[in-house]
Amino acid sequence: MSNSNQPEVRVVHTPTFIDGSDLETPILKILQQDGTLYEGAALPDIDQALALKIYDTFLFIRALDERMVAAQRQGRISFYMTEIGEEAADIGSTAAMASDDLIMAQYREQGALAFRGFPLKQFMHQLFSNENDLGKGRQMPIHYGSRDLNYLTISSPLATQLPQAVGYAYGYKLEQKDNCVICYFGEGAASEGDFHAAINMAGVFKVPVIFFCRNNGYAISTPSSEQFAGDGIAPRAVAYGVKAIRVDGNDVLAVLKATQEARRMAVENNQPVLIEAMTYRLGAHSTSDDPSGYRSKKEEEKWREKDPVQRMKLWLINQGWWSEARDAEELDLKRKNVMAAMKEAEQVPAPSIDELVTDVYDVPPQHLVDQLSELKAHIRKYPDAYPKTAWRLNDE
Amino acid sequence: MSNMNLLQAINNALEIAMSKDDKVVCFGEDVGHFGGVFRATSHLQEKFGKSRCFNTPLTEQGIIGFANGLATQGHKPVAEIQFADYIFPAFDQIVNESAKYRYRSGNQFDVGGLTIRSPYGGGIHGGLYHSQSPEAYFTGTPGLKVVIPRNPYQAKGLLLASIRDNNPVIFFEPKRLYRASTGEVPEGDYEIPLGVAEVVKEGTDITILGWGAQMEVLEKAVALAEKDGISCELIDLRTLLPWDVNTVVDSVKKTGRLLISHEAPRTGGFAGEISATIQERCFLHLESPISRVTGLDTPFPLAHDKEYMPDHLKNYEAIKQSVQF
Ligand SMILES: Cc1ncc(C[n+]2csc(CCOP(=O)(O)OP(=O)(O)O)c2C)c(N)n1
Ligand SMILES: [Mg+2]
Repeated sequence: MSNSNQPEVRVVHTPTFIDGSDLETPILKILQQDGTLYEGAALPDIDQALALKIYDTFLFIRALDERMVAAQRQGRISFYMTEIGEEAADIGSTAAMASDDLIMAQYREQGALAFRGFPLKQFMHQLFSNENDLGKGRQMPIHYGSRDLNYLTISSPLATQLPQAVGYAYGYKLEQKDNCVICYFGEGAASEGDFHAAINMAGVFKVPVIFFCRNNGYAISTPSSEQFAGDGIAPRAVAYGVKAIRVDGNDVLAVLKATQEARRMAVENNQPVLIEAMTYRLGAHSTSDDPSGYRSKKEEEKWREKDPVQRMKLWLINQGWWSEARDAEELDLKRKNVMAAMKEAEQVPAPSIDELVTDVYDVPPQHLVDQLSELKAHIRKYPDAYPKTAWRLNDE
Repeated sequence: MSNMNLLQAINNALEIAMSKDDKVVCFGEDVGHFGGVFRATSHLQEKFGKSRCFNTPLTEQGIIGFANGLATQGHKPVAEIQFADYIFPAFDQIVNESAKYRYRSGNQFDVGGLTIRSPYGGGIHGGLYHSQSPEAYFTGTPGLKVVIPRNPYQAKGLLLASIRDNNPVIFFEPKRLYRASTGEVPEGDYEIPLGVAEVVKEGTDITILGWGAQMEVLEKAVALAEKDGISCELIDLRTLLPWDVNTVVDSVKKTGRLLISHEAPRTGGFAGEISATIQERCFLHLESPISRVTGLDTPFPLAHDKEYMPDHLKNYEAIKQSVQF
């Protein structure tokens, strides 16, 4: 007989279909919009220093996102994606992880990277694809990555990071490390086959991984109501033998609490966990998108009132750890820093043409060496046509 | 006639195909109400209803698997893959399923009604994953047809022919030209036959062969070469699988020289296949080695996209070299 993994199967003698209606998925909420706690809510592990670090990252990301959208409109960079409205989800969860736990992000998690300490100037170098970019100017803006900060470089093809997260976590298990991978993805990406493969494999191999779904209601123009017919993403995990929890994604304390618990289970028992954070993409999908074609201002307004940054600010003020005056000062300072860093990074030249053929392999094979030298000869002949790289060749 | 850009021509072809044949159904990511991220399917849902033009969940393997099933029943799915770079999750459904349905069943079942539309190519600051030209992964797959138009007129006629062709067709659209390429397009229904190349311009010294967005680049290169007194014959291959060997052979027999250009990397690129066939068929007519001007053998870069591209200057230089060989 095939194995259903159920110790005792209830036998029925008339057809009995299951439809999941008896599976209830509660949602964890700790912090109310006015900055007070729900009655009986259990606080996460958080002290003043951690709270202020999280909030500082919120303000930084707001300043960065706001400035870089403007920069794209001015034609300074080609593309940008904001995480406005979702800050509590990625930053609150990363705050629960150890600094050497690997982060595998989708693309809308710059907050997680900022929390890890990625320098402002590195954000800018990547956005301007200049020679100081750690990714050597090869990828579109927002495709950050940092080996030092354990943040895997972003890949555009959706959901590919999910099965990789399981493999990486299996490596932790083999090495008996007290680490856990956190893997971010959108509710849209969760429709890809890779999602299902990943959750199943995590369940089978019992590895320390947290699948963190930002359910922000949309995949570009497609509302989640057209993305799936079931009750969101969390219940899917259960069918694969993975634990799941749903949290208010705009409630930083709920996100932090859930992720701390999940990490503990993952590290102590090799128990994979899926966290579904219910949130909303307040901005456009990207600077190439205009949401007015597929959703109402009214709907956006409803979510603007649930702003996670405002919510945390009020809590901090209630705690006596923060003030409106300091808030304005800090945001202003961050805006100035972002502006200055941007102006600096846009002056930095593009990577040298030699970087075109490095890293395709560990060592460039002969055919690439040949293609590069042919290309250089061509650029020397027509320097005006290749202004980004020609000026450097003259020095050689 | 009306003036249309390439997107409008595609939209117009889809509208005609859907209104003339209610078996034609359009779907893909963001294709429904929104009309696709490039707006190629704009207003089709309004005109034909949600059951014939709709959003799918975000799963390319699902989209093409679903399309294969629908086509098996005699419907004509026109499935959009948002970017050609994202066609790979559907690779199995296309290569092992779409392409082999008819053969493996002894022609009892087929997915001849299937058309897969997808924007391809560089030049939009897209970096690694919004720039690729994956045509050669599919030209190695018997059972598929691969079609790539160069302008609005071609796009409309070739897309209508692709939708009505009784074989699975992959229709790659040059997204760099979506709005940049405009031209006179007949308002009515017309088809441009698949498998037939077009001699865009006659000449006597060298044959220049390309397809899709590369045709615009080649026209520029040809203009430069002609100033030097080199007479170029420019051919748009239009269909890569099955490709029109005879038209190219006839041209090369006349000119004695051939240059092939594509954006995809050189190694394993479709120019290699054409080159091999032409040297088999025209060996004694060739006066210089067949020249390939292509993308480099690297992933598609962002900061160095200009340097990577087989632009008009690289083609112009290669034309001169071939003629002076
Ligand atoms: C395999 C693949 N298919 C399509 C795309 C194009 N694409 C980029 S983002 C996106 C929507 C993703 O939505 P979701 O996962 O919900 O994340 P969100 O943008 O809401 O953060 C799509 C369709 C892609 N990047 N990769
Ligand atoms: Mg989403």
